[in-house]
Amino acid sequence: MDYSQFLVMKQELAVLVVFLLVFLYDTFMPRGAGKALPAFTTVLLLLATAAGFCPDCLGSSCSAEAFAGMYATSPIISAIKNILNIGAVIVLIQSVSWAGSDDMRIRRGEFYELLLVTLFGMYLMISARHFLLFVIGLECASLPLAAMVAFDKSRYESNEAAVKYILTAVFSSAVFMMGLSFVYALGGSLYFSDLYLAMAGGGISLMLVLAIAFVIAGMGFKLSLVPFHLWTADVYQGAPTSVTSYLSVISKGSAAFAFLVIMAQVFGTCYAEVWEWMLYAIIIVTITVGNLFAMRQNNMKRFLAFSSISQAGYIMLGVIGFNTMSMAAMMYYILVYIFSNLAAFGVIGAIERATGKIDMSDYCGLSKTNPRLALCMMLAMFSLAGIPPFAGFFSKFFIFTGAINQGSVAIYVLVLIALINTIISLYYYLLVVKAMYINPDKPVVQPFKSTCSERLGLWITVAGILLLGLASCVYTWLLNTSFLSNFAAYLM
Amino acid sequence: MLLVPAMIMFCCGVYGFITRRNMIAILISLELMLNAVDINFAVFNRYLWPEATEGMFFTLFAIAIAAAETALAIAIIINLYRSAKNIDVRDLNKLKY
Repeated sequence: MDYSQFLVMKQELAVLVVFLLVFLYDTFMPRGAGKALPAFTTVLLLLATAAGFCPDCLGSSCSAEAFAGMYATSPIISAIKNILNIGAVIVLIQSVSWAGSDDMRIRRGEFYELLLVTLFGMYLMISARHFLLFVIGLECASLPLAAMVAFDKSRYESNEAAVKYILTAVFSSAVFMMGLSFVYALGGSLYFSDLYLAMAGGGISLMLVLAIAFVIAGMGFKLSLVPFHLWTADVYQGAPTSVTSYLSVISKGSAAFAFLVIMAQVFGTCYAEVWEWMLYAIIIVTITVGNLFAMRQNNMKRFLAFSSISQAGYIMLGVIGFNTMSMAAMMYYILVYIFSNLAAFGVIGAIERATGKIDMSDYCGLSKTNPRLALCMMLAMFSLAGIPPFAGFFSKFFIFTGAINQGSVAIYVLVLIALINTIISLYYYLLVVKAMYINPDKPVVQPFKSTCSERLGLWITVAGILLLGLASCVYTWLLNTSFLSNFAAYLM
Repeated sequence: MLLVPAMIMFCCGVYGFITRRNMIAILISLELMLNAVDINFAVFNRYLWPEATEGMFFTLFAIAIAAAETALAIAIIINLYRSAKNIDVRDLNKLKY
């Protein structure tokens, strides 16, 4: 066996090395040293991220395959992994003060170990070119997340959320694997490349339609697209805030990209006949229902859950656009979404840690007592809503343009509907800003000092919101990488 | 014809998942669905594509994954039982609209 092919997986290996070091540190260091574990993990993951950016002939600069084509990497795949890595580092920075608290003492290590394993699973999922490896990655990403949702063992809500999450996750993976068995029956192989050829030669049968419907349903659960979204709000509300933020950005971003890879590399030939219309309907319902339900929420985590459902609909515009530009726009959208959503969750986490308050009505008068936190929250809301000078506007603009590039009239209508929904979403995002700045009620949250790590996390996310939109090099870089990638050949 | 036994099992699983009230029973239904998938892979491999054993290998891995899923789900359900003294899904109503 050729062991040098492991070097192709250098980003996975980096995460695995971080995992092993954290595990050893957690197991063998004396009890007092546990306090330093959050900082230790964050720094290590930061180093792994930096390693992902350094160019060499095996990693980000050229495409390569390993394990007889089961695993593939290319510039665009390295790029999405780097984006997810950055997001994970920000989540870790924001969770330092939560993980450092005293009641986390004996289980601090598990939080980081589980998080790193899920990250590893997501990488496998993105890079897999064989459905066996894909399913292993998918389970490796979703099972530890259930344990992380149940992390506040003594709190009832956390347990309830975890039960809801694990039952729907297992259900969805059963549905997904049923779809895979149909795909296997049609193609006789589980390699993406073999299946692509089989689909191209096979024509449209009832079994193919069923298979695609099952695969979309299975992935739809992970992405919380609308007919499959019912677990989202409950799980987001019940889980610890750090886990919620991880679930809403990193997990969703990786699933979205993996979904695009499957749809393009396996079912690419039946785009117009079969799955464009399925996805078309799902996107419309997802964006609209997410928006309508977000309006009536008072709990901030529930509110952001519904907001993230409608954001998932916008991300799916990148899949339905099905061209190289819409893929680049989708990755850019994921990047900006990571920064904006994590800014919002950073503020929520800080306020929850200091006061235990989580409702929108508790945010009244926040601008008077904690003006900086209120400012961060306002920027995050503006970016999520897509107000011009901030990054969220540009990501929405690019993803709409990318979808329109596909060219059919139906997509124009879809983008118009998405555009109208953006205006609706403005209403509920501004409700939060109104509560913080305009409502005349007495302030609920008293002034408090946020910890150093929380401030650092918020600085990074706010810098991302302000700079990502203005620095056009980020989007240009993503666009160039996606054109370079041999994966682009599968798109229109 | 190949599909019939596995599809019956899968539909029973879906039906049980939707109608059962006890979480352990729901877990059994889920297990039924996962096993239906395993049967499907084995059958397709044996009758449609007998020249390679890819489906059989997928089945082996799927069995292991299903075991991991069940173990984790049971652990979470036991944890819930400790705090709620109940594993009826109708009582999971603290987080809702």
